[in-house]
Amino acid sequence: MTIRVGESAEAPPFQKAALPLLEDPQLRKNVRHATDVIQRKRGLVVAEQTDWQELRNAASAIKAHTLRHLDHYLVQFERACTAGGGQVHWAADADEANRIIAGLVKQYGGNEVIKIKTMTSDETGLNEALERDGIRAHETDLAELIIQLGRDRPSHIVVPALHKNRSQVREIFRERMHLPELGDQPEDLTAAARHYLREKFLNVKIGVCGANFLVAETGSVCIVESEGNGRMCLTLPDVLISLAGIEKVIPLFQDLEVFLQLLPRSATGERMNPYNSLWTGVHPGDGPKHFHVVLLDNGRTGILADAEARQTLQCIRCAACLNACPVYRQTGGHAYGSSYSGPIGAIVTPQLLNMRQGQTLPYASSLCGACYEVCPVRINIPEVLIHLRGRVVREQKSTLDPEALAMKAAAAIFTSRTRFEAAQRLGRLGQAPMVSKGWMRNLPGMLGNWTRVRDLRALPPQTFREWWKAREKAAGKGSHA
Amino acid sequence: MPETREEILARIRSALRDAGDREVAAERAAIARGYIRSGHLGPEARLHLFMDRLRDYDAHVVETSADSLPRTIAALLAEHNQKKVIAAAGLPEGLLPGELSFIPEKQADIQDLNDCDGIVTICTSAIAATGTIVLTHGPGEGRRRLTLLPDRHLCVVRAEQVVETVPEAIERLGGLATHPLTFISGPSATADIEMTRIRGVHGPRFLEVVLVR
Repeated sequence: MTIRVGESAEAPPFQKAALPLLEDPQLRKNVRHATDVIQRKRGLVVAEQTDWQELRNAASAIKAHTLRHLDHYLVQFERACTAGGGQVHWAADADEANRIIAGLVKQYGGNEVIKIKTMTSDETGLNEALERDGIRAHETDLAELIIQLGRDRPSHIVVPALHKNRSQVREIFRERMHLPELGDQPEDLTAAARHYLREKFLNVKIGVCGANFLVAETGSVCIVESEGNGRMCLTLPDVLISLAGIEKVIPLFQDLEVFLQLLPRSATGERMNPYNSLWTGVHPGDGPKHFHVVLLDNGRTGILADAEARQTLQCIRCAACLNACPVYRQTGGHAYGSSYSGPIGAIVTPQLLNMRQGQTLPYASSLCGACYEVCPVRINIPEVLIHLRGRVVREQKSTLDPEALAMKAAAAIFTSRTRFEAAQRLGRLGQAPMVSKGWMRNLPGMLGNWTRVRDLRALPPQTFREWWKAREKAAGKGSHA
Repeated sequence: MPETREEILARIRSALRDAGDREVAAERAAIARGYIRSGHLGPEARLHLFMDRLRDYDAHVVETSADSLPRTIAALLAEHNQKKVIAAAGLPEGLLPGELSFIPEKQADIQDLNDCDGIVTICTSAIAATGTIVLTHGPGEGRRRLTLLPDRHLCVVRAEQVVETVPEAIERLGGLATHPLTFISGPSATADIEMTRIRGVHGPRFLEVVLVR
């Protein structure tokens, strides 16, 4: 089995990938603007929902319950979807999912598909796999179209082209749609996309989508969207194929009343997004004649097995944590080297890859907790980040590693009062050449990695313990304290 | 692959060895649902909230009475000079203005849908808090493509169909859960370019709601 998450296996470490992005002022401006706008809108519509915390608690409980009984609910979904005329496939990894989908497209005699924005298909690298089989995939979400035509990579889970501004989008459309006169107002660009894609919607016979929710009770699939490209792909083609992670299942139709209140407000700051579609298998006389669901594992069962990190699978991909994250807001999504960026990406990607790649991602965080606060399903991302840092360290552990040696020495010093006080006195002597006005800004050797990005306060001339002793002596009380 | 199915289910079961008691129904029933289920507004306030929320997301809203409904529809169609209008199959008798001619949905092919000036449907229910109309695509609501390809969607909502909260709407849908369902909240929109909200990307650019009370 080969688990793959986009191109993350080849991605450089986060800290290295972030540097060139931090030096791109246009990108940083675009990311800052977009995340500011979404956060402001989200704040307003969350404030008017007076039962927000109760909704979050319910959502978290429903998801945790579903994960604890995932086998039960997947089998129930499969049965109900099949009863409705759908066909369910199971894929252990990205390659198997891509193979199943390419096989279906060929089986129905197609050589192109129209696609709804699907994070999961970015994860499996579906478009590239189809291309290798001679099948053309047309992205129909406006932002995904910008990415596809610009040969770019998505940088956000909900608004994948947020790192591009209007004039950058215009350049891409001008060149790739052959529209030399195209204006740069968002209205012009949107109209160009409407025109460009309408012909595809009316003619391409196979649609590919993801899933926001799979309802076990009814076998229904739910897609949440804004533009109507989703509804086009769901209803106009003869064949519809949905690729969904196994964690997308929810138990009851009724559970939608929770998630349909939380997701739009968290994702785009809307009370409700323009379109939610649900369907169950095939509906004679309305929509596709053939419906297939591909249920994807690709490392998810590995996350499920780690009880402390299992909550990662509660994610509904709203991206509120990206918009709130002080790290993401500086770098944008490309630094994370994965389809999944931001705080949720920092915990999803390395875990899907069984901690063999993406090991720097759990460190791409200041652990400030903003992500946990906005998460509509209450994933305690900082807690999982710390847990994963532990896993990274344990996996890299070697007794000759300088950090491990330093930690061992520190442990010896901190366990004894005399050693600790001696170390303080020694440190005060040793630091003298490196201190300037009470700060250390340029430590030598390996320690320089610390001061390259942070300043370090110098040890004070008197420690607290020394001050306490001196104070008692001065008061003439001796040292009985 | 059937063997993949067994393999994934086996991996799930092995991953959940620590999960303890596996009694599904009882555990599910114990989930705390402390959120608001039923609204608290009176009928008048509820309808006002509905209209406010529709307008907030760029829908056009007109109030009318059952008697004047055909006249209201005729006036709305005339306002935007809509001539080629498709009527959803199974609309209630007497809803449409008798003096105008409509293309029956059953006679309209995909090109007609693409080229027409607009369409007329009813709905199953509506949600005030979010400004949403819910279609279950039964009689009078059209197949899904009917409310998607044309540029203007005129939807007739009866006052008694409007509930205040999302949970109330989901509860009303109970028996129709396996129908195709479409929740529509304003016209199609995107904010993909610089987070500027633009109306009408692929679905109807104009949503007109006629509230009958």
